Amino acid sequence: MHKIKSWYSGLKKATKTDFATYLGVILAFLIVFPLQQKGILSRSVSGMLIPLCAYIVMAVSLNLTVGILGELSLGHAGFMSVGAFSGIVTAMSLQSAIPSPAVRLCLAIVVGAVCAGVAGVIVGVPVLRLHGDYLAIVTLAFGEIIRDLITCLLVGYDSRGLHVIFNASGSRTLEDLHLAEGGFAIIKGAQGATGTEKISTFFAGFVLIMLTLIIVLNLVRSRSGRAIMALRDNRIAAESVGINVTKYKLMGFITSAALAGAAGALYGLNYSNLSATKFDFNTSILVLVFVVLGGLGNIWGSIIATAVLYVLPEALRGFADYRMLIYAIVLILVMLATNSDSVRNLYSRLFQRKEAERDA
Amino acid sequence: MPENKRPRTKMVPVPSHSIIPERDADKSPILECSHLGIDFGGLKAVDDFNLTIGRTEIAGLIGPNGAGKTTVFNLLTKVYQPTRGTILLDGMDTAGKTTAQLSRMGIARTFQNIRLFSNLSVEDNVKIGLHNQEQYSMLTGVLRLPKYWRQEKAAHERALELLSIFDMQGMANFKAGSLPYGVQRRLEIVRALATGPSLLLLDEPAAGMNPSETAELMENIIKIRDTFQIAIMLIEHDMNLVMGVCEGICVLNFGQIIAKGTAEEIQANPAVIEAYLGKQKEA
Repeated sequence: MHKIKSWYSGLKKATKTDFATYLGVILAFLIVFPLQQKGILSRSVSGMLIPLCAYIVMAVSLNLTVGILGELSLGHAGFMSVGAFSGIVTAMSLQSAIPSPAVRLCLAIVVGAVCAGVAGVIVGVPVLRLHGDYLAIVTLAFGEIIRDLITCLLVGYDSRGLHVIFNASGSRTLEDLHLAEGGFAIIKGAQGATGTEKISTFFAGFVLIMLTLIIVLNLVRSRSGRAIMALRDNRIAAESVGINVTKYKLMGFITSAALAGAAGALYGLNYSNLSATKFDFNTSILVLVFVVLGGLGNIWGSIIATAVLYVLPEALRGFADYRMLIYAIVLILVMLATNSDSVRNLYSRLFQRKEAERDA
Repeated sequence: MPENKRPRTKMVPVPSHSIIPERDADKSPILECSHLGIDFGGLKAVDDFNLTIGRTEIAGLIGPNGAGKTTVFNLLTKVYQPTRGTILLDGMDTAGKTTAQLSRMGIARTFQNIRLFSNLSVEDNVKIGLHNQEQYSMLTGVLRLPKYWRQEKAAHERALELLSIFDMQGMANFKAGSLPYGVQRRLEIVRALATGPSLLLLDEPAAGMNPSETAELMENIIKIRDTFQIAIMLIEHDMNLVMGVCEGICVLNFGQIIAKGTAEEIQANPAVIEAYLGKQKEA
């Protein structure tokens, strides 16, 4: 025991925070998972678990862009959307080839991440070469464009493979896919993906959160992560010590987009019906609210803020009409509490006293 | 052509008064600027700037406010692309290179208004300076392969070693932004040294320091040159420091060099006196 204690106190503060984050997520999972398995949780609560996991991954990945890279992204739901629909297409078209849902889910998440990563390259390469707030403007537009594009998409699958029609004129229907016997439509334009087999599990969500944490936290503590944070703090100084600005901006942004795609795939395969309008500007802002309230650059803060703010509207369902009012008041109070100097001083005094006692 | 040994230089014809100390006389200079200039609109901020710096020289760049001293540093590090002229670093042309590429070629600098990574720890600031000394990919970092641990350990030790120049090892875990002003200036110098430069540019290193801190800084500048065997060029308004440590001094006024030479020569130069104090009235 003593050995463990001395080993722990020898660690750096950052390493301790990382360990606490992993441990907190694992503990929360160990408590919730048996409850869910035994059916003690109500239907509405257990139905929220997988979306919650997806939103936590979203918040952590957006924190990589906003908090660690220091660039504002207002279209993170767009990357989630790309991941969700590419994941759904992957999972549904492999239905007969790979019977195991777990393997299909993994593949769908990987494909979702890759597709969203490619979207990240398309957005990032031209925009991140500029200085200023252009990324916010372009990602805002990207989110809207992706939603409209997917609304125009007709995708079907039969024995001959995938059939894709881009229904820009709005005059074409599922008949135009010419599906063979036994074939089925996966994405039906404005209706979105319907009849999707729900293969997401809470366990998969937990694994995805852990993987995201490992990727983001290890990145931050490495040479590349330091370069990314250097760009955030002072671009001119970062250039003067030989950091390639575009390379590291892209690295941060594409990683963030790919993780959002993975979250999207997990989210999309949790619903039998999913329309592209789900991933609109409001969803992007919702995730941004999680990140800002959890603290920019603070990974465990994002996780807790997401958990609280995602569950809160549901917990307040009993208050019916007043629920969004209370939600707004909570948001304002949290912002006041985290930004007011007097509260901050109180915190630091409490914290310092504790440290002084321990040292004495 | 006579067979005697000529210095292995590809020197462009630089006007006289190049300020290479004798110990560097047989080596090629680290920096050669010829006819360097930049225009901002119609204003010639720097014009016809010719300067040669030896491998282990400490050179000073002085001049009244607005003379274009920091602009020269920004030209040397390619924050601005020069309108005219060439810069040779260690005999290599730097035309078309970016600031980051020049850092890899061996120029490091500090800034007049401190530019630290203020949200990061002191140690991380130095490790960012070591960025190009470490060589492992993002994937190695995320997977924490053995190479990651090896290089991070080396970087940690190297960072502490560099911090020990200014006795700052104890501050390794402090947040850079929370340090006192003078310490931040020293941290900037350490970060610049971490890039492994052959030419170190210091922009007003003694600004905001008291006389005893300045005296300590003078010792440290000479110590850095001696231990790292590098050239240092500094901009400074503190004449005690400039006259005390610089082996060659270059005086700039309205973007043009008005004098070059040793401290004694500069102090006696009528053009310099005029630039600083104004013209003497005719009796």
